[in-house]
Amino acid sequence: MFVIPCPYCGERDQSEFTYAGEAHIARPEWDDAMTDEQWAEFVFMRSNPKGVYAERWVHTAGCGKFFNVIRNTATDEILAVYEIGSEPPKVAARLPATPSGEALGSGNDAVKVVASHEEVRS
Amino acid sequence: MNRYSVFSLIREGLRGHSGWKPVWRDAEPKAAYDCVIIGGGGHGLATAYYLAKLHGMTNIAVVEKGWLGGGNSGRNTTIIRSNYLYDESAAIYNHALHLWEGLSRELNFNIMMSHRGVINLAHDDGEMRQLKRRVEANRLNGVDAEWLDAKQVKEFCPILNASPDIRHPVLGGTLQRRGGVNRHDAVCWGYARAADDLGVDIIQQCEVTDIRVEAGAVVGLETTRGSIRTPKVASVAAGHTSVIASMVGLRLPIESHPLQALVSEPIKPIHPCVVMSNAIHVYCSQSDKGELVIGAGIDPYISYTQRGSLDIIEHQMAALVELFPMFSRLRMMRQWGGIVDVCPDASPIISKTPVKGFYVNGGWGTGGWKATPGSGHVFAHTIAKDDPHPIAAPFAIDRFHSGRLVAEHGAAAVAH
Repeated sequence: MFVIPCPYCGERDQSEFTYAGEAHIARPEWDDAMTDEQWAEFVFMRSNPKGVYAERWVHTAGCGKFFNVIRNTATDEILAVYEIGSEPPKVAARLPATPSGEALGSGNDAVKVVASHEEVRS
Repeated sequence: MNRYSVFSLIREGLRGHSGWKPVWRDAEPKAAYDCVIIGGGGHGLATAYYLAKLHGMTNIAVVEKGWLGGGNSGRNTTIIRSNYLYDESAAIYNHALHLWEGLSRELNFNIMMSHRGVINLAHDDGEMRQLKRRVEANRLNGVDAEWLDAKQVKEFCPILNASPDIRHPVLGGTLQRRGGVNRHDAVCWGYARAADDLGVDIIQQCEVTDIRVEAGAVVGLETTRGSIRTPKVASVAAGHTSVIASMVGLRLPIESHPLQALVSEPIKPIHPCVVMSNAIHVYCSQSDKGELVIGAGIDPYISYTQRGSLDIIEHQMAALVELFPMFSRLRMMRQWGGIVDVCPDASPIISKTPVKGFYVNGGWGTGGWKATPGSGHVFAHTIAKDDPHPIAAPFAIDRFHSGRLVAEHGAAAVAH
């Protein structure tokens, strides 16, 4: 459980919100030359990163408005909240030392994420 | 390998159990292998075992960032069934079920396979029609399936609340008698022991940090324990499949979500089978230790944190108490999350990729455990022959642009 700062209502429990998928995926302009692979890229392929991720949420049990969130999926820390239609702001995130986000030899406990370096997302 | 038998048990019993040996070597990574499997869970270890056993590839390694079976293998509810609607799914899950049936004997390791039966409940007319259709589809595919009316469901599982007065009364259900549960650690350890005996190196606490690709083909791996040269890399990394695939620049249609489960305090045997409900959305069985093992659906958002939100737990507890009022005073003992790799069509990806020598087995989402032996078996064939096993062929990545999805959302006898 995490708390999401709705830009319109303030901080609320995540369970008040509905997740609405990855942000900034633009529907491609229709083009007869478009291949099945290009269409599949839009419909199905997702970045699914372990780290900084831009996503959409809608405050279903509140104002009902959509907005974008940048969250670190390795820790669930919310790094920025911004309006639909605007560009993602630059954020700094604690990223894990290893690709999996786990301290070496720690097995699978994400609580043991270790800070290694700062990443700036543009 | 020391074979286990009643005689070895008696012999060790008589000498104070002082003669048991570790059942796999703690291998150091070699400089090169013919194939490296990323992920030491059930699917990865099964893949290694069948590669060595059936395809003669013994110069291979399994690399695991944590410990064997510590990921989703240790975090699922161990339900085994094969009652999927579509032909492609029925083929692979039933292939797995056949292998489960003989696995303890084949591995000489008791995986505690218990064919106690899996019931999927129907709570309304639409669901009854859907589940009856699935029973017929299952039978056409050689999958054992029966329709039970409400009275028969109550007879099979007497502790179920059969009252017509509840919010979603039980109107009937399907039963797969060959379904059941098994012991997750035993499966991983059994496969690891058998694979090790065939010469496979099992390397724990070894995390892959990069995959080296030259001229479109895999040439090696970078790990936290050094570089490894290999022409074939097989990703069996469950929730981290996208992370591994991104190392070779491959984008996948997978999203990783937390899936939570929990167990109660142990009680005497009370629950005779596995009960699953879509409409109320909970599934429940009792382990041999006596704990009720309870699961439901994923958390809706993407996360790699192996923890989820409490409202998901509240929802499945409400469903559990509705179906089994007698459990209302049980205390829940442990709760955890696993990171499941969900595909848009709720079917797995078992596939070659555009990168030569890079193979993916992932996207199993919420239902991978039941497929473990079948998944490893067909994936080993795909890797060894560089050609998909006929059962694996429908699960290739190209289905996402060819349109031949195996759309098991809603059809797979469980809500996703």
